[in-house]
Amino acid sequence: MADREGTLAWLFLMPSVVYILALVALPFLLAIGYSLSDVTAGDPSFDWVGTRNFQRVFEDPVFWRSLGNTFVFTLISMALIVVLGKVLANILVADFRGKWVVRFLVLLPWTTPVALSSIAWLWMLDSIFSPIDWVLRQLGLIEGNMYWLGEPGLAMASVIAVHVWRLTPLAAVIMVAGLVAIPRDLDEAARVDGAGYWRRMFEVTIPLVLPVAAVAALFGAIFTFTDMAVVDVLTNGGPNNATQVLTSWAFFRGIDGGDVGQGAAIALFLFPLLLAAAIAILRAVRRLEVR
Amino acid sequence: MNQQAKYARRHIAARAGLYFGAILAALICAAPFLWSMVTAFKQNRDLYNPENNPFRYNRPATSDHVLYLFDNTSFTTFAWNTLWVGVLVVVITLSLGLPAAYALARLDRPWAGWFGVAIFLVYLVPPSLLFLSLSRLVVGVGLQDSTWSLVLIYPTITIPVSIWLLIGFLKAVPKDIEEQAMVDGFSRLAAFWRAVVPLTFPGIVAVVVFAFTLTASEFIYALAFVSPTTEKVLSTGVPTELVRGDVFFWQSLQAATVLAAIPIAIVFNVFLDRFIAGFTQGAVKG
Repeated sequence: MADREGTLAWLFLMPSVVYILALVALPFLLAIGYSLSDVTAGDPSFDWVGTRNFQRVFEDPVFWRSLGNTFVFTLISMALIVVLGKVLANILVADFRGKWVVRFLVLLPWTTPVALSSIAWLWMLDSIFSPIDWVLRQLGLIEGNMYWLGEPGLAMASVIAVHVWRLTPLAAVIMVAGLVAIPRDLDEAARVDGAGYWRRMFEVTIPLVLPVAAVAALFGAIFTFTDMAVVDVLTNGGPNNATQVLTSWAFFRGIDGGDVGQGAAIALFLFPLLLAAAIAILRAVRRLEVR
Repeated sequence: MNQQAKYARRHIAARAGLYFGAILAALICAAPFLWSMVTAFKQNRDLYNPENNPFRYNRPATSDHVLYLFDNTSFTTFAWNTLWVGVLVVVITLSLGLPAAYALARLDRPWAGWFGVAIFLVYLVPPSLLFLSLSRLVVGVGLQDSTWSLVLIYPTITIPVSIWLLIGFLKAVPKDIEEQAMVDGFSRLAAFWRAVVPLTFPGIVAVVVFAFTLTASEFIYALAFVSPTTEKVLSTGVPTELVRGDVFFWQSLQAATVLAAIPIAIVFNVFLDRFIAGFTQGAVKG
């Protein structure tokens, strides 16, 4: 019996394992190979150059800028996504009239293909025809235009805002799942014992929601960290590389610039960072659950 | 009496706060789409005049730009491509992922734990790292410039995360159920198919919806592998057909965004409760 189960386990796993080895592991190794070679779009022959690609990447200030931006974007969006996701989740678990409509509208940012919703934002933040600018002009707060995507600081804020706007609904849905799972009687019991709203919030609700909030944060981080559609559509990395992130910079070097080796070297940086973040979060979730 | 009035006041304040929050959240989330809908029906002379109030029609509304989308662009082809690629990817994902998740959740292999984590970590290998080598591979199997290349490659994104979610759902099914089925004379395989899969159904629905959304949103692979217009999907086709150099066909772009957004959101909403139920078991107990 045990042997048959072992065989069955392998039979069940084999297709996925073969598929992942062929289409993830193999390309991954190839990408490492590219990063150590002088492959370009024009000259696909494979010549070993050692760590030269990495040295050139390190000497490039744009790389360090992209690395910093990637961290800033991910950390700020993650914090905002978790906090706003919790607020939105509280709204979504409540009962009220017209909930279906609210739910539908709230989920739009997550369900719409990101390239298309970024275009909708591009039009909202247009340098001349932005309706936000028009309102601010009518209120007399600004003259002319804000150039949301033209000023470095504003452009970064815009990119972060779009990420947060897009991923908060997903985080909210994940946290609704967590809130629904909290046994009602726990909260009731605390209330009967005389715990006030804030005490219940900090000593009952938040500890119970933490694991699921961490999962929401993990998904938010992965989507922000590896995404380039928002940056690509909204700012194309500009102005002057102010919103460049690792993913978009790798794409520019590797595809637009044709320097496959350097593109691969830049992209490789994403993996260890993501790996560290994911392991940290998954371990935290485990520990919280055991408690 | 006084106490009661205080509670009533507090209740009303809480309800008002709830409605306010709900409406505000809905407006912020829907803002770009509402704005898109207003824009889509505007005449050029109305749209491109910064003096005009952008929130109303200063000239009569027109459906020209929306019709342009259907008559002069391949929008319907893009939508159709997104749909059938998504459906096929979901089918592939489930037929590979479900057995794998079952093996890891149920068949008591000592290595199942770290194997599950390893598969989730595969999900973290970003497309931006793989597309350079994968585009060579796609050329190698002769699928360059074909939508089928996406059917081949997209499961690399959906399978790992689906297995991870499914492990959680499968673990939530009590073991006795399949043991009972096996006592009743079912084989392990039949017990899996007849007893476990139906019980995991909410989780499976969650995975289907999640996988389809990921597929419809994907951008980098679609951009790197496929260039002929008729083979493109929504997320790459709409921007390339309606942005010509510096010229944006704004109204048609907005119409396309709204038309693509609404059906997916409706499907997602129909299954949302199941998705939530699934995620409770999957993410928290995974």
